[in-house]
Amino acid sequence: MIKFTLNGAEQTLDVDPDMPLLWALRDHAGLTGTKFGCGLAQCGACTVHVDGYPTRSCQTFVGDVEGASVTTIEGVGSDKVAATVQTVWAEMDVPQCGYCQSGQIMSAVSLLSETPKPTDEDIDGAMWGNLCRCATYQRIRAAIHEAARRLEA
Amino acid sequence: MLAHTLQSIAQRAADTKLSRRGFLLAAAATTTGLAVGFRPASADTAAKAAVSPFESYVEIAKDGSVTVLSSQFDMGQGAYHGLATLVVEELGVGWDRVSVQGAYGNAALYGNLAWGGAAQGTGGSTSMVSSWQRYRQAGAAAREMLKAAAAEAWNVPASEITVSEGNLSHAGSGHSADIGDFAEAAASQPVPAEVALKDPSDWTQIGNPDLRRYDRVGKTRGEQDFTLDVRLPGMLTAVMIHPPKFGATVASFDAAEAKQSPGVVDVVAIPRGVAVVGQDMWSALKARDLVTVEWDESQAETRGTDEILSEYRALADQAPAAMARNDGDVATALANADKVLEASFEFPFLAHAAMEPLNAVARMNEDGTLEIWGGHQLPDLYQYLAAVTADIDPQKVRLHIMKSGGGFGRRAVADGDVVVESVAIAKAIGWQAPVKVQWTRENDMRGGRYRPAYVHKLRAGLDADGKLIAYEDHIVGQSIVKGTPFESALVHNGVDHTSVEGASNLPYQVPNLSVGLTTTDVKVPVLWWRSVGSTQNAYAGEVFIDEVAEAAGADPVEFRLGLLTDKPRHAEVLRLAAEKAGWGKPLPEGRHHGVAVHESFASFVAQVAEVSVDGGDIRVHRVVCAVDCGTAINPDTIRAQIEGGIGFGLGAIMSEEITMTGGEVDQGNFDSYEPLRIDAMPEVEVHIVQSDAPPTGVGEPGVPPIGPAVANAVFRATGRRLRMLPFRKGMTA
Repeated sequence: MIKFTLNGAEQTLDVDPDMPLLWALRDHAGLTGTKFGCGLAQCGACTVHVDGYPTRSCQTFVGDVEGASVTTIEGVGSDKVAATVQTVWAEMDVPQCGYCQSGQIMSAVSLLSETPKPTDEDIDGAMWGNLCRCATYQRIRAAIHEAARRLEA
Repeated sequence: MLAHTLQSIAQRAADTKLSRRGFLLAAAATTTGLAVGFRPASADTAAKAAVSPFESYVEIAKDGSVTVLSSQFDMGQGAYHGLATLVVEELGVGWDRVSVQGAYGNAALYGNLAWGGAAQGTGGSTSMVSSWQRYRQAGAAAREMLKAAAAEAWNVPASEITVSEGNLSHAGSGHSADIGDFAEAAASQPVPAEVALKDPSDWTQIGNPDLRRYDRVGKTRGEQDFTLDVRLPGMLTAVMIHPPKFGATVASFDAAEAKQSPGVVDVVAIPRGVAVVGQDMWSALKARDLVTVEWDESQAETRGTDEILSEYRALADQAPAAMARNDGDVATALANADKVLEASFEFPFLAHAAMEPLNAVARMNEDGTLEIWGGHQLPDLYQYLAAVTADIDPQKVRLHIMKSGGGFGRRAVADGDVVVESVAIAKAIGWQAPVKVQWTRENDMRGGRYRPAYVHKLRAGLDADGKLIAYEDHIVGQSIVKGTPFESALVHNGVDHTSVEGASNLPYQVPNLSVGLTTTDVKVPVLWWRSVGSTQNAYAGEVFIDEVAEAAGADPVEFRLGLLTDKPRHAEVLRLAAEKAGWGKPLPEGRHHGVAVHESFASFVAQVAEVSVDGGDIRVHRVVCAVDCGTAINPDTIRAQIEGGIGFGLGAIMSEEITMTGGEVDQGNFDSYEPLRIDAMPEVEVHIVQSDAPPTGVGEPGVPPIGPAVANAVFRATGRRLRMLPFRKGMTA
């Protein structure tokens, strides 16, 4: 039995502790907003927050989050930074296929939580690990700057 | 590409005096697997003239919600939003009540009109071409039928009723009602034979730059479901072990250990490899490593890309096997030329590498129907292939058309690919449970269906005045459609249209011009990849024409314009991009401009790239793009597709490459196959030409010009012509 906090609520899963957190979330906790893209922490589609830090869930054993607090795209919106990011993301029509966007948003929320006024270099650094084959990068960058502006106001 | 395939099929139908809609898929089992072809059906399957919008394109529920039934598949390009825009415009409803669902199963209703309506499918940037009249008419017919129903109830003339924001109202009598209240009554009204479409001056949706995609919010909250997210009661998950070499088959396998692994249900061989079926993804993945497979490689491709490309180079020096275009007398003109230029180009295999690795879900029901969830880009074909695999009647196959996490051509496959796998696995385990087959990234990267590798050899001749008098292009590479059901329709006189598109229609005025093709025999499966032949043909052509301009001592923009005097749409986008980019004006220290213009899928795109080069590092700072796609239906979607097309094309030319050693693919994941990341994305500025011409597509046409525009800027920065792709190889070669 593995116990952790998932989106603010207690979660107990009876799964192999070696199972990647990604598959525990998707196949056992029923949260499918976190996506599978590569399985090797190369694309960022599976990004969640573990104790507030952006984490690639495909390369994190579920056994290692015992006692930790895990936040996914389904639960992140109660946070003011995340709510602002999601609103701006929609207003600027960032998503195309949308598949990578959960991971993009989780990374962007982490960035803005740590660095309220990120530079372009900060954005490159924080978002480099999140691939988007639709190449929505220009809008991702603009949306992060816009969210920063609104959060500052 | 596919467009031309089905156009040709439709043409064949017309030629034989058969209904264009009367083509059914036919299949036959052969010793090597499935062979699928098209055969004419009897004329009585042709649809009746007037189709009720409520039986085909639009559903209005009693609660007033509107569901648009889309013939076009949405892989992220926004086809659903585009079709909904047309319906919303004519119907007169607010977006908050609109949703879109994929439809299938009736080529008469959903056949792609850009392909002659012969079959349903998405590709060749044709969604708006096919839907422009059809979906506006459906929205307008629905509106008129709602009005007629209300007119009957209220006893007023239908012509005095207006529809706005989903409300029917009659000013004179004060009656008003939600469209949901008349949904049922409207559906039984006679279908109007002709409906008047709105005048463009009355449009509020079409051309509205402030309109945003209807599906944007769900996609920011993790609520958009893809095939990956399909969960059914009792569903099992299968992962695949595919042959390490293309063309190999399973000789034998040992799954004794794997079957002992927790959560494993079965391990089965199917024609495409070995499937490990588990209770969930992790149990299947963990057990996959415990299976050993002996492969029969007697029919496999064993060459590496080095061997393949060196064979292509040798072939490029010989005469082409077939001619795609032959104007004037190129040989004589070259012999008489004052100056002759020669250049060879090399293009690697490329993977689509969509973010969602391929997948499909199959469920056999107790009533004998088979349901399949997937990114069904060619639904008629997949319905048929699934039926043949399951050995049931095609009418018993039900499709759930899911949006896909990217696609770029990868989900339109002649043999059904992962769709057939899902059915074969579910059948192999005795239909005991629904099965989701989920490819890993490595399955996807090594699964073939690549953009073919090509070699080009070009020659050009200039006369003493610097005038271009001869142009010759010899293209060497695999055919996408050879050996597929599309071959007979798409290959003419030895020329696969998909190999030469973007080259054989070179827009420049040259009196002596030839484009030759030598099709190679390689067992690497190849496929259409966002913008198809233009991916490489535009690069070779637009870099070479830049070399010709240089040799003529002319400005690259002026030189092109001089040869485009009878191509006004090419010329207009070229002028617009050059003007907006400040072509010819001073740039910051170390920055250089390069330009390219190209027509693909009847849309015209010019791009000016601003580039700097530091040692071997190429940096693209800014791209100014002009696009003429006829009537601009959703300007913001057009911008998004062009921005994305530039990023997609830029990643490919900078560093993407599939290589093989001894027949095995070297790349497996994003650590070795490297698409563009955010740090390399330039600032993109898109200018849309105002036009009242019918709309054409934008999913693909943004891709072709970016490579040559950047390469031409690199030449200005370094004096080097990049003729070998990707650039990371070309810069060191």
